[in-house]
Order: sequence, then structure tokens, then C-alpha cells
Amino acid sequence: MNPPTYEIIIGLEVHVQLATRTKLFCRCSTQFGASPNTQTCPVCTGSPGALPVMNRHAFQLSLQTAVALNCEIPRFTKWDRKQYYYPDLPKGYQISQFDLPMSEHGWLEISDPDGAFPTKRVGITRAHLEEDAGKSMHDEAAGKADSRIDLNRTGTPLLEIVSEPDMRSPLEAKAYLTELRLLLTYLQVSDCNMQEGSLRVDANINLGIPTDDGEIRTPIVEVKNMNSFRAVERALAYEAERQYQVWQETGHRIGDVPKQTRGWDDQAQVTKGQRSKEESSDYRYFPDPDLIPVTVSEEQIDEVVKKQPELPAALRERLQANYKLSHYDADVMVNQGRALVDYFIEVADRSQDAKRATNWVQQDVMRTLNENGIGIDEFPINAERLAELVLAIKNGELDSSRSRDVFQFMMDEKSDLQAALKALGIEKVDDSVLVNLCRTLLEANPKVVADVQAGKQQAIGALIGQAKKQNPNVNPGQVREICLQLIQEMPS
Amino acid sequence: MSLSRQEVEKVALLARLQLSEEELTTMTTQLGQILEYVDQLSELDTEGVEPMAHAIDMSNVFAEDEVKPSLDREDALANAPKRDDECYRVPAVLGD
Ligand SMILES: [Zn+2]
Repeated sequence: MNPPTYEIIIGLEVHVQLATRTKLFCRCSTQFGASPNTQTCPVCTGSPGALPVMNRHAFQLSLQTAVALNCEIPRFTKWDRKQYYYPDLPKGYQISQFDLPMSEHGWLEISDPDGAFPTKRVGITRAHLEEDAGKSMHDEAAGKADSRIDLNRTGTPLLEIVSEPDMRSPLEAKAYLTELRLLLTYLQVSDCNMQEGSLRVDANINLGIPTDDGEIRTPIVEVKNMNSFRAVERALAYEAERQYQVWQETGHRIGDVPKQTRGWDDQAQVTKGQRSKEESSDYRYFPDPDLIPVTVSEEQIDEVVKKQPELPAALRERLQANYKLSHYDADVMVNQGRALVDYFIEVADRSQDAKRATNWVQQDVMRTLNENGIGIDEFPINAERLAELVLAIKNGELDSSRSRDVFQFMMDEKSDLQAALKALGIEKVDDSVLVNLCRTLLEANPKVVADVQAGKQQAIGALIGQAKKQNPNVNPGQVREICLQLIQEMPS
Repeated sequence: MSLSRQEVEKVALLARLQLSEEELTTMTTQLGQILEYVDQLSELDTEGVEPMAHAIDMSNVFAEDEVKPSLDREDALANAPKRDDECYRVPAVLGD
């Protein structure tokens, strides 16, 4: 008997730090890595009498994101106080959005280059603007039972993007996160740096299990502490299997037990139950009387739509349609960022050889970038020069066997094609010289001629090696062609 | 509209306040009285009145995204009950 299968149901909550210079409600810097408590003021530390004022740029960035996520943008939006007590939250409440978020009901399309799941739209429940809390660090070194609080991060603008529970596998969850990060990066609304906490992911997961009495659902678990997309994928795979085992043992269904929060332990590769905050989960939201509501006009949204850059999905399609890239290659290219795609497009357009341009950019250029940990803007061969190289190969002026040396030289010496060819002593061999060379070789190798005449064309290979030894600049393809031609013309 | 002792206990817990039995009794009475006072508002007929999100009829007040000086750290930490050179110090926060 086959083991009973189950369906995995996943929804994700992503917090992204918006790329502003200052905080959401005050003008303290958001610069990462500053010395503790040097970027605070009466507003972000919640001193009595301080008044928050909304950051225009933060609202603009969230509007751009919401539009790109195909969200509906209500005409009226306001801010609410979410109240809980925690030492890293000096005001005793977080300014967030409760019942009238700035955007809702959107979607993001995800697909898998290898076709592991069919292309699908993941629903976006809502995206709302809120402020970040500070950072607490447990002081273990001092051996004291103290926590140290740094409030630099307090008030940093975050966009919380909540998805519908539309993902059906850890792989789909990873694809959603990858596509979302790519979108945010193309929009330049966030640097999405997970190490610096600019992008944080929490997941809600449960199972649908078919039984004789119809499908049942297991209790929803929120998984936290996942510090990379890989960790998200693994944590969800682990959690699904764990929930299935717990269901087998207890038979617990959704609603039977309170919602549980579990943390991913990357070392142990397991999720662990966290202290229940059940009692404190009553946030008693109410409208923040210190903040003025925001209205958004039709014209404002039109303006955002008009200025929207080409998004990853559209770019991928264009690369496939206009440059004949495979879905997989287009995906790889777009994932490298807009600058690399622009570089590729310039090489392909100038050389009018998308196939060769793809190979050079994806293999030689990207390998060099990866090996040296640099971006395309620091790459020594600009698109115009690489296009010259591609053109020379295409036109048979440069033999592909020597093209890598030329590429290397152009890179090392920051030279153009002509200078590289000259320095390497590569020049196009004159046609008459080539024909004479082939004739001499054929005369000196009657056995090869006989073999070819007997139908063994591959015998020519021996001559190509000899030709290259005599003149390293000859093009092997041309040597083969001319030799075969000459043999054919011989009286048999 | 009066308040139960359990409700006050819950609110105190949410606010991380530890009330003695005596304080709990006083608070239950006093908070209840405040609620009753405010409850007079529910006598008004609000049929057909749109819910208000804000007391001031104003919208779209923004500040530009330009850094201004923050507080000097010494000033920021000046009123902390407990501190070190860089940070506020508080009773241990359990990891979560
Ligand atoms: Zn501030």
C-alpha cells in the first residue's frame, strides 16, 4: 500500500526594509551598522510630546511595490497602534496598519525553470507600512542577567507583504521568495539583504490530509528564524513531515490546539516550539491619533504605473521572444540583475548574434564575475568590445579555438579587440595562403587523401593539427572545408 | 458597563503591570467608572454617520527623506534607569 499523501499549505509573511535614508516617522538615519543608540531621537524613542511625521519617500516606495504586486490601492489609508510591551519597543506600541492597509488583493506569478510545478499566481492578501522595533542583545559575556538594547533600528520603515496560503510545496515557497526579492530589487525599493535584516520571512504552514471522512486540516504552525531562502525550504519540508507525524500520533485538527510558533534551528535542522505568547497576542489596535491619514489619487497611481521599470517577468519574456533564450537561460540572466541583462542585450544587438552573445555572457563573463566577486559595472570588457569579439568569431575572422585567449587578454589588459589580436599575433590568413597551405599538406599526406576518398572524412583531422602547427592563425573549419574541396576536385 | 476583576487582571498583564490584590480592587472600581463615563457617548444616535478615522480633517502630511541630526548618545541614554557605555540595560529578555 502506498503511504497516504498529504497536501502542504503555505502562506508567507515577508518584511522588507524600504530603501529610505531616514526612518518612517522621524529624520534619524537608517544607515546599517552604526554604533548603538547613535541614531535615535525623541520620536523614535517615544518621548512624551514627540510627534511622528510620515516619510514621503517611504510611502512612495510602498506604493510602487503595491502596484508591481498588482494590488488594489484604496483611496484612503491610516495608521494604527499595535500594542505590546517589549524592551525593544520604547513607545509600548508599534505604528502599523490594521483595518485600512495601503494595499490589498494582489498577486505575484511564480514559475519553475525546470517545470517542477506549473506556473501559478500566488495571491497577495495585503501589503502595509509599519515601523521596525529596536534590537535586544543578551549580554552573555558579562555573565549578567541583563539584555542590552540598541534603538537605532526603531522606526525603520518596513513593508509587510502577506501572501495568501497559496503555495503547495517548500519549492513553491522558495520560488515565491526568489521572485519577490527579484521584483523588489528591480524596483529598487529595498536592498533585500537578509544578513542585515532587510528581508525577513515568517511562514504559516499546515497540511490537508485526505481521510475516509474527507480532507482534514492540521493545526497551523508559524515558523520563524529562517535566515536564508534555503533555510525556508528546509524548515518547511521538515515541518510538513513533523506535522504529519504529530497528526498520526494525536489526530489533532485545526482548532483543536492554539496556534503554535516554532523556530527553525539551522544547526540541528529542526523546528523547535517557542514560548507561547498566547496571552500577549491581544494587540488592542486603535487609530494612531498622532498621525494624519493618507489619501491616494487616481493620478498618483497612474504616475507610478507610468514610471514603473520593466519587471523581471516581462524582461524574461522579452529575452525569450526577441533573443531566443530558453526559459532557463532567461531566468539565470534576469536573476543576475538589470545591469547584466542590459550588458547582454547590448552585446546581442551589436553583434546580431544572440546565441553567441548568450554563451559568452553566461559562461565566460558570469564565471569571471563570480570568481572575482564583482558586478558587471566593474567588468573590464565593456559590451561594445565583447560585441566586436563575437562579431569577429561570427564572421570567421577569429578562430573560436583562439577566442578564449583573446578574451583573457582583453580582460587582463583592458584592451580592445584589435590590440589583443595584434599582441597575440593573430591575424586573418589570406585565402590564397590558406589554399596553398592545404595543397601542400594534401600532397605530403596521400594516405589521408585516400582515406577521405574511401569515405573517411574524419581523416582530415590529422591535417588540421599540422596546418595549425605551420600557421597558428588558420581557422580549422576553413582548413577542413578547403581540403575536402581540393580532394573532391582531384581526378579519382 | 462595568469592568470585571478578570478583565483588569488581563489588561494589567498585557501592560506588564504587577498589581497587588488591593490595587486590583481599586483599579477595577476606578477603571469601571471611567468606562461608564465614556459610555455616555453611546447614548448619541450615530445612525448614518460615517465612522471617523481621525479627529482632524486633514490628510497627506509628509516630511522629505532627508537626514537630520539625531540625539547625542549621552543625551539619549541620560534617563535610562540602567545603562552601559552604548546601550540601555534591561532585565534579561528571553530569546524567542
Ligand atoms: Zn528618530
